[in-house]
Amino acid sequence: MIKTVRPKLELLSEELIKKIIDEALLILEKQGVFIENKEALLLFKESGMRVDDEEKRVYILPELVSDCLKSTPSSLKLYDRSGGKEYLVGEDEVHFDPGSSVVAILDPKTLEERKPITSDLIKLACLTECLEHIHFQSTGLVSSDVPEMIGDSYRLYIGLQFSTKPIVTGTFRVEGFKPMYEMLVAIRGSEEELRRKPLAIFDACPSPPLKWSNLTAQSLIDSARAGIPSELISMGLTGATSPVTLAGTLVQHVVENLSGLVICQLACNGSPVIFGGSPASFDMRCGTTPMGAVETMMIDSAYAQIGKYLNLPTHAYMALSDSKIIDAQAGFETGIGAIIAALSGINVISGPGLLSFESCHSLEKLVIDNEICGMAYRLIEGISQRDEPLARDLLEGLKKETQFLSLPHTKKWYRVEHFFPRLVDRNTYDAWVSHGKKSIAEKAQEEVERLLRQNPPKLLDQALQKELQKIMLNDARSQGIENLPEIEIS
Amino acid sequence: MSISEIFEEMKKSIIEGNREEAARLAKRAIEEKLDFNEVIERGYIPGIQKVGELWEKGDYFLPELISGAEAMKEAMAVLEPELKKANIQTKSLGRVVIGTVEGDIHDIGKNLVASMLSAHGFEVIDLGADVKLERFIEVATAQKARFICLSALLTTTMTGQKKFLKMLEEKKLREKFLVLVGGAPVSKSWAEEIGADGYGENAMIAVKVAKELLKQ
Repeated sequence: MIKTVRPKLELLSEELIKKIIDEALLILEKQGVFIENKEALLLFKESGMRVDDEEKRVYILPELVSDCLKSTPSSLKLYDRSGGKEYLVGEDEVHFDPGSSVVAILDPKTLEERKPITSDLIKLACLTECLEHIHFQSTGLVSSDVPEMIGDSYRLYIGLQFSTKPIVTGTFRVEGFKPMYEMLVAIRGSEEELRRKPLAIFDACPSPPLKWSNLTAQSLIDSARAGIPSELISMGLTGATSPVTLAGTLVQHVVENLSGLVICQLACNGSPVIFGGSPASFDMRCGTTPMGAVETMMIDSAYAQIGKYLNLPTHAYMALSDSKIIDAQAGFETGIGAIIAALSGINVISGPGLLSFESCHSLEKLVIDNEICGMAYRLIEGISQRDEPLARDLLEGLKKETQFLSLPHTKKWYRVEHFFPRLVDRNTYDAWVSHGKKSIAEKAQEEVERLLRQNPPKLLDQALQKELQKIMLNDARSQGIENLPEIEIS
Repeated sequence: MSISEIFEEMKKSIIEGNREEAARLAKRAIEEKLDFNEVIERGYIPGIQKVGELWEKGDYFLPELISGAEAMKEAMAVLEPELKKANIQTKSLGRVVIGTVEGDIHDIGKNLVASMLSAHGFEVIDLGADVKLERFIEVATAQKARFICLSALLTTTMTGQKKFLKMLEEKKLREKFLVLVGGAPVSKSWAEEIGADGYGENAMIAVKVAKELLKQ
């Protein structure tokens, strides 16, 4: 049998990749980066780098970058809540997860944005759990019914209780790390076991250009020491907070990501790091950050290619849209993004469900996007030789009335070779009319309800639930909050 | 070159966003002892107004808009010491204290708004990024500012805007200032919810909102 080719998209020549990296290394050495975190600055001093304390600026020598690249694992594994199922994050493996940390949800009834509350977070986790092509969950919504001080830990608290999938999350405050870490440790049983079987990825975003805030640098340090993979979310905006050319923004992206990677390695040699980001082609007319712009996706695909060249796991914010409702724009931007991301072999793709520049989630869009992801997975499986000969035997003794529907060969392969979406309309016109002339958005609304009704939540066992609750309450009380919303399990 | 030709050149320098030219012409105005009020009113201001028009029409995008504002700033920086020396009061629409709230080190949006406000005749005191909420009040009180503008790019830091308004209430200072909020995650409904006086979805609208508020 002939080996199947995995379809691949590569936007950069090796020559251009090398040039981008060379410039990035020069910038790290000569311009340096700003790091507003004392501990990180100390780590750089201890490693012999020049640190300007006044400016909070460090100059990173190429030798250190090279050492840190060597000590960073080229792939990592995430495990589900039970620790039984593993997911490789590396090579060309692709995993989609709902975009993270948004403060609005599209209400399917009013078609307007509103603030999410605890029950929305529960629904998102439960829904993600039953979507086949969304491999990871994320702490995608920030709950408006708890004070913002505990917004980070609270969303993890909900996600861990209602979905078994590995989780993409992150801190909003330096003190947020401790309770979040404790919850993860509680589920694994020990710190060692969590290190062995990571359950969560922590995102950390540098501020363009070339700045790591106190919070994000601390997240890198804390995560590295705990063995939690850090996802570096560099997010230059072309012509606004990074150079306007795509190649120029790529240089800045590499500088920011490499500096983050070095912080992780200095905090703990060998700690897992994901080369990621959320840059955008800044819209010079509206002053917005379109994630559905083709140039945004080109930057994403290209930095992921550089990440792979550096032998690192990769991430991007793709398969999402800037539309405000579920319309054609929502579909095509998400579709193009998912396809480009999958063809680029990006390991963690955050985006499904998102609208309006990463600021609004829609459960209905998430179930539609699940099908887009399904198609993307099918695409990257490529075209395989399934049998020998390919077709000659099937056409042997060809007659005018020959058809293939009843052939065992058809039955054997049709489900393997073809992907069957549930929501995409493939009916005849008359059938579509007789089914009520529904748009995909209307069908998605029914699908969300059906999935949530038919799939009871996969809850944590009671003892662990109690333990998580204790951690959450302690965290809340340390912030002067006495009560948390009641959690209703429908 | 006649005086009206010089004014025309000044206007052009702003429309083209040519900082060097705008500054050079301002120096020339000083050398030739031109009437500073006329220089501003007939030379530079028509330029920035034209930039605004071109933006509204959709011919200009942000890079042209902001270059125009920067050129304006550059020219005014040359003129200001002379204005002071000659004790000439320029028309100020009001003093504005602006900054990105604590915990947030993003400042591009804030910088855009600051530039546009200053180009349109407001006196802007820019406190930079990651600014303690108390500091806004201190500076605004000391400088007798009319406006306080708070920027936040992160969903996690926009809550600082809410805290700030509460703080003003508690200190019984709410009536003293007009508070404008902005930033990527900020919306009109958020501004209303926290009780801010105004919100602009972009820098040009921020200028409009500020001017509207002055009328009330």
